[in-house]
Amino acid sequence: MKENLTLIQRLNAHPDSRCWFVGWNPNGTLLASCGGDKAIRIWGREGDSWVCKGVLEDGHQRTVRKLAWSPCGNYLASASFDATTCIWKKKNDDFESLTVLEGHENEVKCVAWAPSGNLLATCSRDKSVWIWEVDEEDDYECVTVLNSHTQDVKHVAWHPTQELLASASYDNNICIYKEVDDDWECQATLQGHTSTVWNLSFSATGERLASCSDDRTVKIWKEYPAESGQGDISWKCVCTLSGYHGRAVYDVDWCRLTGALATASGDDAVRVFKEESSTDPDQPVFSLVAHMPKAHSQDVNSVAWNPKEAGLLATCSDSGDIAIWKFQEQD
Amino acid sequence: MSGGTQLENANPVIFERSGERLQTAADEDEDVHDPIDDREIFDLIRSINDPEHPLSLEELNVVEQVRVKVNDADSNVGVEFTPTIPHCSMATLIGLSIKVKLLRSLPDRFKIDVHITPGTHASEDAVNKQLADKERVAAALENSSLLEVVNQCLSTRSV
Repeated sequence: MKENLTLIQRLNAHPDSRCWFVGWNPNGTLLASCGGDKAIRIWGREGDSWVCKGVLEDGHQRTVRKLAWSPCGNYLASASFDATTCIWKKKNDDFESLTVLEGHENEVKCVAWAPSGNLLATCSRDKSVWIWEVDEEDDYECVTVLNSHTQDVKHVAWHPTQELLASASYDNNICIYKEVDDDWECQATLQGHTSTVWNLSFSATGERLASCSDDRTVKIWKEYPAESGQGDISWKCVCTLSGYHGRAVYDVDWCRLTGALATASGDDAVRVFKEESSTDPDQPVFSLVAHMPKAHSQDVNSVAWNPKEAGLLATCSDSGDIAIWKFQEQD
Repeated sequence: MSGGTQLENANPVIFERSGERLQTAADEDEDVHDPIDDREIFDLIRSINDPEHPLSLEELNVVEQVRVKVNDADSNVGVEFTPTIPHCSMATLIGLSIKVKLLRSLPDRFKIDVHITPGTHASEDAVNKQLADKERVAAALENSSLLEVVNQCLSTRSV
């Protein structure tokens, strides 16, 4: 295979601990990471290299599982095994803890901001998804608790432009929620994976959704208008990427600039897939365009495309390392 | 386990412990590459204590050397364990103890898969799924009371 993925830098980000997640701020200048050491680290570029710009400690009593930047880039939310979600506000070059969202019965697994920045979703091992409303005074109020899943909810992701939420669970299913008459409800349950669904990523337009699973596959789902012309929307699996991953696929990120799909796997590898041009949108074909075996010395937990610089990819691992890669297509 | 509670399996069949590993000349030779083998993995887990009885997992036949598969070159270890009864409520705890023992003993490069021997437990799939979920295992090991029980299973018994 062509050498499409080049290592730019490797950072020992969370020594003696697991690095669970990496996420870019909306203008792509800062990278946030979190892990089993209960800390959040903020990374920025200085010259040609990436350096630690700040460490956010004392926010959580246990593992910080995931982070989410607000669409304006001024807030960072952190989801922790300590059953809380912290909201951090950026002040100049520093972050200060603004508020702590409590309510979940046990581990919070994921947090995500809606595109408007007025809504926040959290999910937990307590099987529920909570939607919080944010007002001008930075007050957070829970507006709904969704109990559509029968097991541990692993991930929540908002549609890139609409107030449409997707969640993935240990119950192997994906749920899609929408507000109807002031009430949030599950509009579709996407069945197809045969084990835990670990992560979700919408395409740039939000018409399609990628999911990755413990069943070692990635599935692409497409939204179709309801057949009856009214009622529930319908999502259908239009493509399954199977046979590529040696172990569970823990993360998938669909680049909104290039359309490239990156995956993080328990087999230590990072892979990039691209849709073949001129394929039938109802039966798309994706091909493997980059494969970096041993991208990390242990499981890869997260992959994130930089939102502004096409091809810049960050990954992190159980080894505590972060790696920054450059993906370039060779024709 | 705690006094006064009813034992789930009051009279388990007890198996004989296997002998010590035979040392060969190559084992002593520092220049010979010495991959980790099934017997070494078995030696790590055979003396784990059963949560219910003052017996080792080997003595209860919960672990056997033939159900350990290691591939040093590919860095993976698979262990199948057999609960003493098909409704054993301790199955997840026993599997977790085996997993923790191996996580602590082996180099980080190893992928460790712990499963129930097929057909030997009523909730085999559910237990296997939970043991394979590293996020839930990580969360469980941050629970101090659960960690204490696991450490008890892993402690060396005074004879």
